[in-house]
Amino acid sequence: MSENKEEALFQAKVDAEQKIEPKDWMPDAYRKTLVRQISQHAHSEIVGMLPEGNWITRAPSLRRKTILLAKVQDEAGHGLYLYSAAETLGTGRDEMVDQLLSGKAKYSSIFNYPTLTWADIGAVGWLVDGAAIMNQVMLCRTSYGPYARAMVRICKEESFHQRQGYDILVTLCKGTPEQKAMAQDALDRWWWPSLMMFGPSDKDSPHSAQSMKWKIKRQSNDELRQTFIDRTVSQAEFLGLKIPDDKLKWNEETQHYDWGEIDWAEFFDVIKGNGPCNKERLTARQKAHADGAWVREAAMAHAEKKMKQKAA
Amino acid sequence: MSNEKDWPLWEIFIQSKRGLDHKHVGSLHAADAQMAVENARDVYTRRNEGNSIWAVLAEHIHASKPEDQEAFFDPADDKVYRHPTFYPMPEGVKYI
Repeated sequence: MSENKEEALFQAKVDAEQKIEPKDWMPDAYRKTLVRQISQHAHSEIVGMLPEGNWITRAPSLRRKTILLAKVQDEAGHGLYLYSAAETLGTGRDEMVDQLLSGKAKYSSIFNYPTLTWADIGAVGWLVDGAAIMNQVMLCRTSYGPYARAMVRICKEESFHQRQGYDILVTLCKGTPEQKAMAQDALDRWWWPSLMMFGPSDKDSPHSAQSMKWKIKRQSNDELRQTFIDRTVSQAEFLGLKIPDDKLKWNEETQHYDWGEIDWAEFFDVIKGNGPCNKERLTARQKAHADGAWVREAAMAHAEKKMKQKAA
Repeated sequence: MSNEKDWPLWEIFIQSKRGLDHKHVGSLHAADAQMAVENARDVYTRRNEGNSIWAVLAEHIHASKPEDQEAFFDPADDKVYRHPTFYPMPEGVKYI
């Protein structure tokens, strides 16, 4: 069959809302886009464990500590679901890990910001996981079967993450003036980076149109960002916290909030590697991988020895 | 890094409740079968999703090919007589 005919059949399947499965014919660019997107998403889950892991030993109570441990363990699991989905496209796990460790692959910029106080753990759950959920719910309906199935699994677990974050902030906001100030400070620092998580504005997002045509994504960056803002404002009001945006105002006509301007220079600067924690995050992952090398080798040697004994 | 030997890939199947089928949930890397089952427990059953786990080396799974779709599955299309609804039952006949 000719390439054009294959491509037409592929697009017809996508248009008919049939999932694409690993062995199906697919355009090279579709495969490449997916491997890049899914592995970046997996890397984000793994690197995302670092800012939160920072607070496991310092969580204010045993209850908070067990919850945070469970959440960080979930992030590891989410990384694995996603690596597993990406591998069905023919790229090996080792290759993806190498790309992360060499700095070639990207991960979500948000994890290059530091978690300075306990309130940051609340803000990360509420805002960062909240923003991630918007994107992930959309991806449950993505056109590539294994990716969609991984996202369904992730979404089932993710709303616990957002709620535990909000719960931390509810507690702080009902506490002393100092605790409430700590919550406000966390919101001040995490609000704009959370909005950046949705990616560049539609007009500056060159691949968006193709991804929409392939139904990899189904809503634009700006649409998702607006929905997130519309949903989050009342949650901040309940906490008695002020969102750090003077232009934020309900617009009766559009039935959406109007809001200010994202500092895109900061966004691209952090992506380029100049965020507050880029180096620290990458170094931590490289160290973990290097320190674990002997364990991986020993486990393999042990497995091979057992196989030989069994065969003998 | 790259001269390191990769752990093999295992496909994981979970039975969510006694009496139900084992269902494919995803894959993971592990050095041996025991580690595959233990890791599957941690990766795929953190919220009571499972009652039993199968781990199968991915290379041992043989799959049909999408290009054989028609030759494989179309012959079933014109065999409606394999379905009970093909046979109209006379009025008044019961328990069949």
